[in-house]
Amino acid sequence: MIAFLVKRLFHALLVMFVISIIAFAIQDNLGDPIQQMVGQSVPESERAELREELGLNDPFLVQYARFAINAAQFDFGYSYVFNQPTTEVIARHLPATLELVAAATFLIITLSVPIGVYSAIKPRAWLSRFFMGISIVGISIPVFLTAIMLIQLFAIGVSWTPFPVDTAWGSWLNDLISTEGGMPAYGRGNPVPVFGTWETNFASLEGLTYLVLPAVSLASIMLPLFIRLIRAEMLEVMQSDYVKFARAKGISMRRIYFLHALKNTMLPVITVGGVQIGTLVAYTILTETVFQWPGMGLMFLDAIERSDIPLIVTYLMIVGLIFVITNTIVDLIYGLVNPTVKLTGKPA
Amino acid sequence: MALLEVNHLDVRFALRLGEVHALRDVNFTLERGERLGIVGESGAGKSVAAFSLLNLIAKPGFIAGGEVRFDGQQLNSMSERALRKVRGNRISMIFQDPMMTLNPVLSIGEQMLECLKAHRRISSKEARAIALDKLYQVQIPSPETRLDQYPHELSGGMRQRIIIAIALLLDPDIIIADEPTTALDVTIQAEIMALLLELCEKHNVGLILITHDLGVVSQVTQRMLVMYAGRVIEQGPTREIINDPQHPYTQGLINALPQMATPGEKLNQIRGSMPSLSNLPSGCAFHPRCDFINRADGQPRPACTQQVPGFVESGNCQVACHMVAELIDKEATDEARLKETNP
Repeated sequence: MIAFLVKRLFHALLVMFVISIIAFAIQDNLGDPIQQMVGQSVPESERAELREELGLNDPFLVQYARFAINAAQFDFGYSYVFNQPTTEVIARHLPATLELVAAATFLIITLSVPIGVYSAIKPRAWLSRFFMGISIVGISIPVFLTAIMLIQLFAIGVSWTPFPVDTAWGSWLNDLISTEGGMPAYGRGNPVPVFGTWETNFASLEGLTYLVLPAVSLASIMLPLFIRLIRAEMLEVMQSDYVKFARAKGISMRRIYFLHALKNTMLPVITVGGVQIGTLVAYTILTETVFQWPGMGLMFLDAIERSDIPLIVTYLMIVGLIFVITNTIVDLIYGLVNPTVKLTGKPA
Repeated sequence: MALLEVNHLDVRFALRLGEVHALRDVNFTLERGERLGIVGESGAGKSVAAFSLLNLIAKPGFIAGGEVRFDGQQLNSMSERALRKVRGNRISMIFQDPMMTLNPVLSIGEQMLECLKAHRRISSKEARAIALDKLYQVQIPSPETRLDQYPHELSGGMRQRIIIAIALLLDPDIIIADEPTTALDVTIQAEIMALLLELCEKHNVGLILITHDLGVVSQVTQRMLVMYAGRVIEQGPTREIINDPQHPYTQGLINALPQMATPGEKLNQIRGSMPSLSNLPSGCAFHPRCDFINRADGQPRPACTQQVPGFVESGNCQVACHMVAELIDKEATDEARLKETNP
């Protein structure tokens, strides 16, 4: 276990090194920091002095070394716009994004496994066909469009009642999309502070309602992907000899589906899932923009618009770090599920 | 009454292009402790026959007719629930490829204990003791540690031993072994076969051995079926069939054994290949490949191309062949004539 972690840590450092070079190259080449820091009236001689003072005339490697040493201590300089350390700005926006990703991930996991398994066990049932059809639609529609449709339906509402009014479920659905009292679709509402800069939406019912639409639209691309992935894997696993052998042993179908088959199905799903959850963090840019969710994605777009280069670089580094951490965790989980992977490093 | 009785078993696959008849009119019996071999080329329907006994054929396959009677119960019309009590308990199976048969993510112990617990109300401790005993019987070194190991930690031969141990776990009446040694290293094949035979004899377990190795069939089994294109074409005591095969196909199979060829010459073979089940030749399915189809006048025997041959008795064997039927008829009439002339 320790050997595995050390190895993974080494990988992680390597990845972070590559990301830092890219991030630094951006900082080094994108715009002139002096221009951003001082006003128009400052004469050229003072600018040159300042440039020398800040070490901007040093060779690339020296500048990179300085950047890397600072970055290792989580010091990425000051944001031009906020005039605060960039890490503080990120720390203020990080919880919103992480909570949004967590909510979307929760939706994806809790929905994709049962739906995927069901549509693999009963591929011909109409419900399976319905899920498959819906999932194609979900994959094909871009996140921002899904988000806008969700806002129209559930936040603004429509004046017509497409579902039968005289049935309980019909009127419930009609109420859901009526123009009166829609779901919140702007910002985070009043999140509850937990500690430091961390405010959470999970602590109150009101906070949760603010999460619903953004989380659903963020999940709308990954969820169908996972449903289809789980279904395809499960169908294949059900054809395998070990499933047939389990049947020949007289094991109940329930145990075969949910132990023998599901455990094998989850192996590739976990691998793909690790990468995709990282990608989800990147997808938040779209979702957060549409819902004005005050997270890192929205902050990043702002930073680009105002050429807040230190903040852009910090965002890249932090997102890279999140990627690396989730992948390491996913590898650990994979190792726990798959016995052919030895976490202990001792020979089989 | 025999322990296992298969009557007119008929299995079809409902494919998009139409129904394919995988098994037609298969009949055989198995007595308690008897060992039966089923041989034939790939695609003859051996495995389908094996799987249909426990109603384990995968969709779109289904049993379209006939019956499988086991110990007085009709297996093919049983509910899935009732069948589950027979599977692995009174009739167990051994699969072809030990590398694929065990679940890679479950430990050997889990896979053995779940089988015991599915059929008996016993504690984990008791189940473990039984599992250890069976592992000991299949001569696995240090059985204790095996229970906690995963399939990938064991060799192919070792895994097949474990699968045999699983098949024996509940002291079944019959073991169906579908080419149990085909996927193994040649050096281990004989060992595994000997082990299986020894354990079946010791516990008086009936064995249905599916294979295309005629050598193994002749050593292990007492009776055998030869299958071709979904039909049984010859069945009877193994020794009689091996020593004096009647059906041209069986003769061809035995002739094709390497030890039947003259050293330095090409091996014998049956020309052509097994027809597709969806496009069977008319009459006797074997007639396009049959070397005896022509009569003395060079014309094919009309019956062979037009009529499906029924079974005729030849010694203790049953053979489905027009030529054999004609020969037997001829012998009978000759004998009768002989009797007439010399009363």
